[in-house]
Amino acid sequence: METVETAKLVYSRPESLTDATMHYCPGCTHGVAHRLIAEVMDEMGIRERTIGVAPVGCSVFAYYYLDCDFVEAAHGRAPAMATGLKRVLPDRFVFTYQGDGDLASIGMAEIMHAAGRGENITVISTNTAQYGMTGGQMAPTTLPGQKTTSSPSGRDVELMGYPLRMAEVLSNMEGSGYVVRRSLHNAANIRKAKKAIRMAFEVQKRGLGFAMVELLSTCPTNWGMSAVESLKWVEENMIPVYPLGDYKVTSALDGIRV
Amino acid sequence: MARELLKGNEAMAEAAIRAGLEAYFGYPITPQTELLEWMSKRMPELGRPFLQAESEVAAINMVYGAACTGKRVMSSSSSPGVSLMMEGLSYIAGTELPAVLINVMRGGPGLGNIAPSQGDYNQMVRGGGHGDYHAIVLAPASVQEAIDLVVLAFDLAEKYRSLTFVIADGNIGQMMEPAELPPMRPLKRTVPEWAVQGAIGRERRVLSSIYIEPEDEEVVNIRLLERWREIEANEVRFKEYFLEDAEIIVIGYGTAGRVAFSAVRTAREQGIPVGLLRPITVNPFPSGRIAELIPQARAFLVVEMSTGQMLEDVQRAVEGRVPVEFYGRLGGVVPYPDEILNEIIRVAEEPIELGVDPLDGWLKRLKAITN
Repeated sequence: METVETAKLVYSRPESLTDATMHYCPGCTHGVAHRLIAEVMDEMGIRERTIGVAPVGCSVFAYYYLDCDFVEAAHGRAPAMATGLKRVLPDRFVFTYQGDGDLASIGMAEIMHAAGRGENITVISTNTAQYGMTGGQMAPTTLPGQKTTSSPSGRDVELMGYPLRMAEVLSNMEGSGYVVRRSLHNAANIRKAKKAIRMAFEVQKRGLGFAMVELLSTCPTNWGMSAVESLKWVEENMIPVYPLGDYKVTSALDGIRV
Repeated sequence: MARELLKGNEAMAEAAIRAGLEAYFGYPITPQTELLEWMSKRMPELGRPFLQAESEVAAINMVYGAACTGKRVMSSSSSPGVSLMMEGLSYIAGTELPAVLINVMRGGPGLGNIAPSQGDYNQMVRGGGHGDYHAIVLAPASVQEAIDLVVLAFDLAEKYRSLTFVIADGNIGQMMEPAELPPMRPLKRTVPEWAVQGAIGRERRVLSSIYIEPEDEEVVNIRLLERWREIEANEVRFKEYFLEDAEIIVIGYGTAGRVAFSAVRTAREQGIPVGLLRPITVNPFPSGRIAELIPQARAFLVVEMSTGQMLEDVQRAVEGRVPVEFYGRLGGVVPYPDEILNEIIRVAEEPIELGVDPLDGWLKRLKAITN
């Protein structure tokens, strides 16, 4: 009997993503963000010429999953390490992958000056409004009133300050070519995030300066929610504090469609 | 190459460039700044990356990133700046990367001052950063030696995939004296088999200092220690003066060793049987040579611009078999040759008891001449 091929492959693992089982918690969006980076590396054909800089945090093992050369930075120092790499290998793609504690707290000096210098690197930053790996402590990105293990009564802005909005802050730097905020809470926004990540690598390809994509992300474990509840929490609680949008898009990108 | 009148900091910078330096990252701090300034002019002239970082923390992490590519890279700083680099240095050691750091030491602790000091001995020699690692530490006593040791530092760093420090002090960095620079070496063309430059036509590579399984980290610690023992066996360097028939053996490194040399020479003219051992590598330390000298020694006299940090290494080598005396000036004060000469005469003429803490008598004598 003749076999009739009815199945058509519409979705598969990108080549730039390894087949390692991810260590991330169920419902965490790191896996989504990793996949998007892998898809972009595939589309641009840059996997072999890309060097990733992993941070300290849950994504410390990002190099288990992304199939390109990688180095592992000290907490917060990924932009400095990326600077060293990019300065000696200017024709390679260098990107950092940093959580909000890494980027907005301990690594504030390094990220600000990388942007200020217009360092031609790509920064993918996840924002979960707390420290993930150490178990849910308050971060600079923690929302006012948000309870964490180190702000058990909720973040009191009088004592603990206000959330830092990194996309807005970095967009003010002249060296920034592309700074946007996206969210990973539903399919439509994931598609927008993918385009932004692609654009952030296109910025590097064209030598248009510093590029950063902030991704609002989930942490169901530390938030004490189900995966579905966390996605809703991003939409209802994080987006009002961290509005999605394009904060800096250099005019040199006009007309580039991805 | 002809001898020229060269300033220490600039000579060390140019020596690094001629040794094939491929990228420099640094931050201004006295008394090291001329080194960074020289790099800022010369590196771009040669089409090589120079970057003034936002801090020493960033500078050493830029070195870390660039070192991952297998390129010859370095930074330079002075004591407080080096303290800030300790995090990055530990990561570089843990990732087993070659890198060179010049520390033009100044008075401390804290902000201290900008005068020459050797107060960072423990920080440089004992590690400074967290975790189990060792660094090669070279100590020049002249501008010429600073040039030569900077060149050597890169070769040793790459041979052993090791951190290599050149510890000068404000004197070496700031003074001018005749010296000869080496010829310009071509940049190296080979890429080490461990380097990360993009996975073109090969499996991806990861450079990291994380070994989440303790058993794996233990293997790394063993490898680092075995490499260090190989360095100890092969790379000890020192200079000797008048030691053949010396009964009193002065030990000092860097500027203190150089001042001690003047005192030893004068003492010899007065007929005192004294000689000088000047460690070039303070890590690995020339303990073996010191042990060889014990049978001929009536006493050792350690001279430092610190409170006796190297003294402990000498005491360990001598094992209490003969007295070890100490003389140091602190906080950025450089001893005069006459001060050390007086110490040599004292050790030659007075009976020195075995088993007495040399710091007791030294502190009394020092306080008699300070405020």
